[in-house]
Amino acid sequence: MTELLQYLQNLLGVAWLPIWTLVKILVIVVPIMLTVAYLTLAERKVIGYMQVRIGPNRVGYFGLLQPLADGLKLLLKEIIIPSGSNKFLFIIAPVLALTPALAAWAVIPFADGMVLADVNAGLLYILAMTSLGVYGIIIAGWASNSKYAFIGSLRSAAQIVSYEIPMGFALVCVLMVSQSMNLGDIVLGQKSSVGLFGWYFIPLFPMFVVYFISGVAETNRAPFDMAEGESEIVAGFHVEYSGMAFALFFLAEYANMIMIAILTAIMFLGGWLPPFDIAPFNLLPGIFWLLAKTSFVLFLFLWFRATFPRYRYDQLMRLGWKVFIPLTLVWVVVIGAWMQTPYWLW
Amino acid sequence: MEKISNFFKTFLLLELVKGMALTGRHFFARKITVQFPEEKTPQGFRFRGLHALRRYANDEERCIGCKLCEAVCPAMAIHIETEERADGTRRTTRYDIDLVKCIFCGLCEEACPVDAIVETRILEYHGEKRSDLYYTKPMLLAVGEKHEEQIAKDKASDAKFR
Repeated sequence: MTELLQYLQNLLGVAWLPIWTLVKILVIVVPIMLTVAYLTLAERKVIGYMQVRIGPNRVGYFGLLQPLADGLKLLLKEIIIPSGSNKFLFIIAPVLALTPALAAWAVIPFADGMVLADVNAGLLYILAMTSLGVYGIIIAGWASNSKYAFIGSLRSAAQIVSYEIPMGFALVCVLMVSQSMNLGDIVLGQKSSVGLFGWYFIPLFPMFVVYFISGVAETNRAPFDMAEGESEIVAGFHVEYSGMAFALFFLAEYANMIMIAILTAIMFLGGWLPPFDIAPFNLLPGIFWLLAKTSFVLFLFLWFRATFPRYRYDQLMRLGWKVFIPLTLVWVVVIGAWMQTPYWLW
Repeated sequence: MEKISNFFKTFLLLELVKGMALTGRHFFARKITVQFPEEKTPQGFRFRGLHALRRYANDEERCIGCKLCEAVCPAMAIHIETEERADGTRRTTRYDIDLVKCIFCGLCEEACPVDAIVETRILEYHGEKRSDLYYTKPMLLAVGEKHEEQIAKDKASDAKFR
């Protein structure tokens, strides 16, 4: 394997680095896209099962070809561009929503050393990238030249921006505890002789809950899905979109969901670390544990959607500004004080 | 005191956990979906589906053209024209049911003195245009001939309740 890589490196010369990086990017992006596709199926199945139905099972065995059929349908549909819209921005908006969702994956460590870009300010990069996604939403609402799309985009933009603050504060706690912004170091900081009791969700439990709930709100998922709200308003910022342009918004939403899930796994649930560092657990590769934790968090996303009724908009804002922000601020101080005492064990 | 305990309960998210436990239990519950073309829900013998006109065992049609069904039909979906046949009896020349208008109330079946018009158990039929759902006398008689066995059995089951 190394000989083959060495041979290719000599063959390609200067072109080696971009090509090799491109290969790595493909290795990350293609599985993400497949996960996104099958997450839609998993969502329909899980919600169906929780509603005592069985969900899609006609297209392929167990409905396994359903995402392909849905994707093909959306590809073949016409993209209608409203006559009064700003055509350039209308087309670029879904791209702007999807790109940051995928770009954030560059710094995610899948196992020890398995990372595309081992950036020291990885956490900062992630915060920057997830914040950029809101531009896609604002531009989509504005470029549609429709008052409904515009109001919808303002509502979801306000929601995303509001929940970014408690999310940021929750990450500040992680940052204080791990003393590093490098995601790989954050995971290694959770390594201890007591296995899962060393993970950050124990000392930071309130932050873990706040981060996850804010993540649900940040990705516009139920019970905070005012942006889509299929049972009352049909759609928010993407009412005027159809076909593949519409599908891109959905890809972005699901890619963001997976992103939040994997970040929760990395920062609070010990990333690629096994729950106990003994024989049957530590024989499995780290990436298995990371994916298992991510799937668990994703299942929670679907479970929430099947369980909770939608928040009212003012309640949503109240939760974000009047509950989460004070709570996270208090916990930053508590953690800071706690770390100065000899009772700090992490 | 209650206010304080409520405050802490809110922060412990107890109600949310209870709700999730409920949906979590249903996740493993037996599913009630009926897989339609392969599985079907049970039908009663009084099921009111597609209409049929019946004949006697000697192939004589039952309908005597009394127009009671036409009179009772609340949707005015039945249209009947009659004539005197060569043997002196009254028979229909037209017996049309517009299934687009029909509300499947079963009053025509109730009104019929000779059990000529009946509603069968058939529910899987369709028309590609509206006129396909305008059933004429030969079409209704054909339905009756095809399903006479089932119709007679359902009528017999119902007889003891009348």
